[in-house]
Amino acid sequence: MSTLLIITAVVTLFAAVAAMSLRNLVHCALMLAVSFSGVAALYLQLNAEFVAFTEILVYVGAVAILIVMAILLTRSGESPEKSVLTAGWYAGVAVTAMVFTTLGWAILSSSALPQTVAPAPVVSVKNIGDTLMGRYVLPLEIVGLVLTAAMIGAVLIAFKAEPRDKNQKS
Amino acid sequence: MFEQLNRFFAPVDQIFVTTLHWLVGFLPAAWRPVASSMLCIAFILMVFPALFSIVTIFERKGIGRIQNRYGPNRVGIPGTKIRLAGFGQFLPDGLKMLTKEDIVPRAADKLVHFLAPVVLLIPVLLTYAVLPFGRNMALADYDAGLLFFFAVGGAVEVSVFMAGWSSRNKYSLLGAMRAIAQMLSYEIPLILSSVTVVMIVGSLNLTRIVEAQAGHTFGLANWFVFTPWGLLGYLIFFIASLAESNRSPFDLPEAESEIIAGYFTEYSGFKFALFFLGEYLGMFAIIGLGITLFLGGWTAPFACLDFIPSYLWFLTKMLGIVFIFIWIRATLPRLRMDQLMNFAWKFMLPLALLNVLVAGLWHYLAIGPLRWIACATIIIVAYVALGRGLMRHQKLGQRTYRYAD
Repeated sequence: MSTLLIITAVVTLFAAVAAMSLRNLVHCALMLAVSFSGVAALYLQLNAEFVAFTEILVYVGAVAILIVMAILLTRSGESPEKSVLTAGWYAGVAVTAMVFTTLGWAILSSSALPQTVAPAPVVSVKNIGDTLMGRYVLPLEIVGLVLTAAMIGAVLIAFKAEPRDKNQKS
Repeated sequence: MFEQLNRFFAPVDQIFVTTLHWLVGFLPAAWRPVASSMLCIAFILMVFPALFSIVTIFERKGIGRIQNRYGPNRVGIPGTKIRLAGFGQFLPDGLKMLTKEDIVPRAADKLVHFLAPVVLLIPVLLTYAVLPFGRNMALADYDAGLLFFFAVGGAVEVSVFMAGWSSRNKYSLLGAMRAIAQMLSYEIPLILSSVTVVMIVGSLNLTRIVEAQAGHTFGLANWFVFTPWGLLGYLIFFIASLAESNRSPFDLPEAESEIIAGYFTEYSGFKFALFFLGEYLGMFAIIGLGITLFLGGWTAPFACLDFIPSYLWFLTKMLGIVFIFIWIRATLPRLRMDQLMNFAWKFMLPLALLNVLVAGLWHYLAIGPLRWIACATIIIVAYVALGRGLMRHQKLGQRTYRYAD
């Protein structure tokens, strides 16, 4: 493990924990953005440029902003008195850690895993584009259709039917 | 004769690259990659803020000229009578910013308020990493360079939000909301107009895109802006980049007459200067991207001008576009919020989508005058139809004024 990997991992994990435990929701959202950037940096260290840049473009540039806007539009700026971390939380964390360890141990010792690590394929953006437009074109189109439907639905919900002559401005 | 000129100027063209190699050559081999990156970063950190300080003078003097006044013309060398026509103005401006009191509102979220200008500068400076400033002069030659630019540029919105929210000021928050809505809306035509270039070149690498525009036909460069889809693409890109860099007529996020200074109302001293710097650096970066995508990057417009060093071409084009930006700022009034949104979603987005189609058509049609005529016709018909269609419901007529009795 390189020093760079450890630094990124620590920052990412710290930001993720902070995103869960901070009192102010906007701070949580900002820490989540830091965490997303950390994940993107991890991808970049694995030479997965495309995934890393998409992570930043989608999660930091859009999802974080979306979350922040949702917080601003739905709540007042008051933060709760107490921390969200309570005794029940710690029990939950303990259970989660145990389940994770068990699952991880089971998967790692499973014989279904390939014993030898295959050499990492050299993937260029061109390959990804070709695969998306060739082999996986149907899933891609379906995702596009679903997203369009969701967007039209959102517009319909937000759209208030008003009398036509309202548009006319004096 | 041009051959000789080319041979004579070739070392000048590569002077930064050779200097870098020469400087790094003094170090042990293990340190070279790090030192090389450090020197490149230092170069960018020196050149573009310096350009920023010069451009602020040009902007103030240019707008002054257009508005029939002098602009700054006093500051010269202290102790002498030399005035430098006001071009020394940026030094006292910078010193003033440095020495001003830094005021933070009592209700502000101190940490986020402090971090916002820093977070603004990081993505803006990162975008310079992929821009090819000259031949062999791209700092990080990523395979997905264009994607990197847009991804990192998108992070600017986070900092705008941080600044607006942490100030606990209604003007700041309003400005941030406006800025984010505007940036998100205009990012879509911006990206869609660049997609056409990616489709034609077949690569997201900015150096490859510049190389695809090298060469000349009939003495004129093969820049994408000289094709029908490229012209439309560049116009959309240009307008969207005006909006992305919050320049007039899209300067609603910091409309002085409405919301003071928008999201950086509560910033003073050097933090304010950092916002100012970040905004200008963002503007230079996006202008540089437009030049790279459509205006041939560092290539010369005419074959006979090839001998001029590539970085000078890049700089010349950049300053030219900056001049147009300043010109527009002094000429056009500010848009209204609904006009801004309508323009992005009802006009630019359909045209950008159509342009993607036209670029595909261009790719598949045979080279010749036919594809020129076909593509240009589609674009002009769509432009006129869309414009007419949108104007019909506007009920434009003579303006009526109403006064309070």
